[in-house]
Amino acid sequence: MQIQASKPVAAEPVSGGFDIMAAVKDAGFAALVTLGLSFPILAFRTQEDISNHLIVVPRWSWPITAAILVFVGRFAAILFRSRPRATRAPTLPKAPSASATFLIRYASWFGVAALIAFPMVMVAALGAGGSLKWINNYGIQILIYVMLGWGLNIVVGLSGLLDLGYVAFYAVGAYSYALLSTTFGLSFWICLPLAGLLAAFWGIILGFPVLRLRGDYLAIVTLAFGEIIRLVLINWTDLTNGYAGISSIPRATFFGVPFTDDDDGFAHLFGMDYSPIQRTIFLFYLILALALLTNAVTLRLRRLPVGRAWEALREDEIACRSLGINTTNTKLTAFALGAMFGGFAGSFFAVRQGFVSPESFTFIESATILAIVVLGGMGSQIGVALAAVLMIGGTEILRELDFLKAVFGRDFDPVQYRMLIFGAGMVLMMILKPRGIISTRTPSIFYKEQKAISGSLVKEGHG
Amino acid sequence: MSSWQTDPLLVVEHLTMRFGGLVAVNNLSFSVGRTDITALIGPNGAGKTTVFNCVTGFYKPTEGRLALARQGIAAAPDVEHLTGTGARHGKSNSGNIYLLERMPGHEIADKARVARTFQNIRLFTGMTVLENLLVAQHNALMKASGYTVLGVLGIGGYKAKEKAAVAKAISWLDKIGLLDRADDPAGDLPYGDQRRLEIARAMCTDPILLCLDEPAAGLNPRESLELNALLRSIRNDHNTAVLLIEHDMSVVMEISDHVVVLDYGTKIADGTPQEIRNDPRVIAAYLGVEDEEVEEVEAEIDMAEKAS
Ligand SMILES: Nc1ncnc2c1ncn2[C@@H]1O[C@H](COP(=O)(O)OP(=O)(O)O)[C@@H](O)[C@H]1O
Ligand SMILES: [Mg+2]
Repeated sequence: MQIQASKPVAAEPVSGGFDIMAAVKDAGFAALVTLGLSFPILAFRTQEDISNHLIVVPRWSWPITAAILVFVGRFAAILFRSRPRATRAPTLPKAPSASATFLIRYASWFGVAALIAFPMVMVAALGAGGSLKWINNYGIQILIYVMLGWGLNIVVGLSGLLDLGYVAFYAVGAYSYALLSTTFGLSFWICLPLAGLLAAFWGIILGFPVLRLRGDYLAIVTLAFGEIIRLVLINWTDLTNGYAGISSIPRATFFGVPFTDDDDGFAHLFGMDYSPIQRTIFLFYLILALALLTNAVTLRLRRLPVGRAWEALREDEIACRSLGINTTNTKLTAFALGAMFGGFAGSFFAVRQGFVSPESFTFIESATILAIVVLGGMGSQIGVALAAVLMIGGTEILRELDFLKAVFGRDFDPVQYRMLIFGAGMVLMMILKPRGIISTRTPSIFYKEQKAISGSLVKEGHG
Repeated sequence: MSSWQTDPLLVVEHLTMRFGGLVAVNNLSFSVGRTDITALIGPNGAGKTTVFNCVTGFYKPTEGRLALARQGIAAAPDVEHLTGTGARHGKSNSGNIYLLERMPGHEIADKARVARTFQNIRLFTGMTVLENLLVAQHNALMKASGYTVLGVLGIGGYKAKEKAAVAKAISWLDKIGLLDRADDPAGDLPYGDQRRLEIARAMCTDPILLCLDEPAAGLNPRESLELNALLRSIRNDHNTAVLLIEHDMSVVMEISDHVVVLDYGTKIADGTPQEIRNDPRVIAAYLGVEDEEVEEVEAEIDMAEKAS
């Protein structure tokens, strides 16, 4: 294996010999490119004047500032890189030892315990009002995406099939619960498996035509499928009420006991004072249970023949066929199971919001879930969970950064820069850890010793 | 009389494969004996890999019939009858007959029990050596896990079946000398080991016919000798017929019982190694390639002759 860090950089002068002219030239060129690129984007601003005509307002300071920033940044980068590198010891690729694997295992149990304690601790520390935001916006929101990420991980991470329309199954699950509960008055616990089954059914429906497709083609068709489901939801107004969505969906109850302030409400029954946080805490545990179920099933499947076949499919489909594996069925099970978990998450979404509309199921949702899976890396369950915390928690954290207003002025709203920050984060990630947060694969079975497999050997699949 | 004439496992008749205007295999007929190691040889581009792809269901032949009789000698009327019914396989007095040209690849491996390796090794590089051998036992394990349903719920005897599958994998690893690499990723193995692992993986499907596409390519002389021993043991101890494509004449002459020679998709010779070695058409076919190669081939044949 090559050790990257110790590779000598021939083109650059060694310590002391920093060539200032070359650096200025390089930085100047970068600044020029920036100027050229930013000129059409930054130098003009369109504005409506009093008579509603669009007028172009020049603002030359913007591209010039950008160019200066790039010049300084580039110059600093060259300066930094030309420093002697002997201090950086070659890093040998680390394979986690048995004790590390044990620690990781221990850590995940610790994590589950912490999650179970989380709402209680929050309420105790911040009170019912203060903790609502943490349990709802952070806890529940992140866990929904963890669950969606785990569901999609079966399709993308394990089976290597690129699915850009996963949100369709989320939508099927949400609308299944919304329609079944409002029309037939079915309870959540009956609707949940039904929604899962319906989503799995649609997973198979999607699976059939796309099985022959690979790579880009598969991605495009799944993308289209996601859009079709959304457009059907918008246009089939008789059933779905179109853009207006379905409201007054029955709220979550504690196995039939409503979270209300009545005599037969949850609080009264258990001799507590009524607080709206009780419903939120229940929802938190509900999604936690659903997510953990997804995880347990997936981890189990990974050690069963079907899971190994998924991974083998990702590695080499032709070899799979030569070993007698029915690749059609194997792909279909991946699609169906991934869709089923998406459907579960969708029902939960509907019961939590009490309202569904097509707006919640746009392509950006699919992209976010896919980004979580890719960021997680190697079909790793823990990686997906970490990535969801990073991506969804990161978005929420941006709302908290009020102190930035003191720096950038009162109008500055960090949430507006969310996508920019994500974009930059993704680019950085691709450079530093191209195979995701967890860049090794854990074998599904071992004979003597469990060794992590380097990401360079693991294929990403062909579709 | 030789095995391929008295007890053929696979009978290929009038196999033709066209790619657009190119005829890669042209009206090829030959048999593979149940207890033989059969070699398919010929210059580069002769259509050998294409024949393999037809036998293992990766290509659908343009024309021809490939009848495999798993248990006994298939009587010609039985094969004719089955062909007439339009079925993919069927029972006859002499056991099941499979018409490979009608079956998809995974069914050929699963039902007709034909396994193969590839000219460019196709291991699951990101999975461990042991995992590779377990994937090969997929269908048996799938049944044992109640098609996943029972396995997820933890009901049924899946654990015991998996243990048996691991034991089988381990015995193969022991045989090919890779036991101490069981937990390493397959992609980390040296080339020669990867070739042997691919053969072991194919053998883990319990095949009745094993097709090897250039198994000795890129092996050093010592590894080549080990391969010969392995192939003999597969034939003798596992009752598996071997059909191999090989360029290395010393290997061909040394281990094969039956040689079929292809040139430009057409069969030019078919017989025992002794017959092939002296066949003027075969020498001419190799002469037609390149001068150096001919000398090489002749020298190899000489050496093989002296050795035997
Ligand atoms: N899928 C294909 N499409 C078009 N031509 C093919 C295909 N597969 C093989 N061929 C052609 O068939 C001929 C025989 O190829 P091949 O069977 O690979 O030869 P060999 O294995 O004997 O070297 C070659 O001319 C090759 O280009
Ligand atoms: Mg070939």
